Amino acid sequence: MIPAAFDYAAPATVEEALALLAEHGDDAKIIAGGQSLLPVLRLRLNAPEFVIDLGKIDRLRGVREDGDALVIGAMTTHSAVANDPLVAQHAALISKAVATVADAQVRNRGTFGGALAHADPAGDVGAPALALGAEFVIAGQGGATRTVDAADFFVDLFETAIGEDELLTEIRVPKHTGWGAHYEKFVRIAQQWSIVAVAAAVKAEGGTISEARVALTNMGSTPLRATAVEQALQGKPATEDAIREAVGAVADGTNPPTDLNGDADYRKHLAQVLTRRAVLTAAGG
Amino acid sequence: MTKIELTVDGSKVSDDVEPRMLLVQFLREKLGKTGTLIGCDTSNCGACTVHLDGHAVKSCNMLAVQADGSEVTTIEGLADTYDGGELHPMQAAFHECHALQCGFCTPGMIMRSVDLLGENPDPSEQEIREGLEGNLCRCTGYHNIVRAVQTAAAAGKGAQA
Ligand SMILES: Cc1cc2nc3c(=O)[nH]c(=O)nc-3n(C[C@H](O)[C@H](O)[C@H](O)COP(=O)(O)OP(=O)(O)OC[C@H]3O[C@@H](n4cnc5c(N)ncnc54)[C@H](O)[C@@H]3O)c2cc1C
Ligand code: FES
Ligand code: FES
Repeated sequence: MIPAAFDYAAPATVEEALALLAEHGDDAKIIAGGQSLLPVLRLRLNAPEFVIDLGKIDRLRGVREDGDALVIGAMTTHSAVANDPLVAQHAALISKAVATVADAQVRNRGTFGGALAHADPAGDVGAPALALGAEFVIAGQGGATRTVDAADFFVDLFETAIGEDELLTEIRVPKHTGWGAHYEKFVRIAQQWSIVAVAAAVKAEGGTISEARVALTNMGSTPLRATAVEQALQGKPATEDAIREAVGAVADGTNPPTDLNGDADYRKHLAQVLTRRAVLTAAGG
Repeated sequence: MTKIELTVDGSKVSDDVEPRMLLVQFLREKLGKTGTLIGCDTSNCGACTVHLDGHAVKSCNMLAVQADGSEVTTIEGLADTYDGGELHPMQAAFHECHALQCGFCTPGMIMRSVDLLGENPDPSEQEIREGLEGNLCRCTGYHNIVRAVQTAAAAGKGAQA
């Protein structure tokens, strides 16, 4: 199927894109890689009157260092993020999670910022961004720029802190250099959205976990940070038994969906198993 | 209508298209390149895979206007990117290994496989299977497809040696 007709512009700057958003309001839709938007338009689940393509704005693409942070442009493709040496060195959790997104073709078009803005609860980029305490840089009307913490960015199912006349421009990720990392994604078939997945980054010294960051994919309407588990892991030996005990309560307070892939209780069980595996692997076990 | 200019299979193309036109429609309906197939409505099957600036993408999940300024290679132009004969080594390997039955998935499989070897010239069997996860085949059970990619990889190594 093909989308309903729409008008189209591919502005060269963020300022022009914002002006078009202001002009067309509710009737406009941003297209980044189009890997989530086009399936929706093709099935006619949405029919914007105006589509604004960010593909020609070069400055939204690429990864750079800025002091203690790594800055990932919103339009950097999943493939570029997965293969970026700076991301591998300073935010390995993101490299690993992004490599599990969809398939090679989709990763060659889909973007890091597009996936975060789309905020599908089963998407694989939210949990690692949340675990590492990423900050989201959002450009608004009249040259305004604001920065939103990961904890405030994910609002609900397919809903983020980005306003209707705003754009996500870059994601700042605090460097976690030297941390072990693993993204444990559970699926039944190749190229599937996460049934549940767990993102874990661990700093281990001499076989002891000194710090841990853990976040969950598809255990609620947004990615969830497992703060209690992070605290329980602190100071524990990086052994299977110690980790099993520390992560036992990871599903407490979560509200996972029930669907054809499994019911909520099954997902709660999965979360425990996957957290143990993710932390153990991240700790080098 | 939006004006686009791009290179398709080595030829410069410039055209006015409706913004909603998918790249695969543009290739098939405007340029007559029906070698690129449409197998699904959900962006899952990979039958429509082409190269955009050298990398595999699903041409059904992209607007033609998004390809403005790019270089697109389809299965119909693949052999021309290789100056060794009538078939690209990947096409020859699919032929030799009988890596198809109905052939519907084949253009996409071949385009993705060429890109896969570009990224990783010597993949393991597991890496080939994972690398082709965005391409579905309903006939072969994949074994001969994997064998064809292995054969092309071995031929590539031979060519470099
Ligand atoms: C077959 C298939 C399988 C997939 N499997 C997975 C998977 O396993 N895991 C996973 O995580 N994802 C998966 N995806 C989705 C993929 O990750 C998409 O690339 C991603 O969700 C959207 O990125 P995009 O750049 O294509 O955004 P688009 O589709 O262009 O946009 C998505 C939404 O975000 C908005 N948007 C985009 N960029 C911005 C911006 N800078 N500022 C404000 N709003 C913006 C758009 O308006 C739109 O509403 C899959 C997709 C397909 C087609
Ligand atoms: S036709 Fe493009 S993925 Fe199926
Ligand atoms: S040969 Fe028939 S779908 Fe692959």
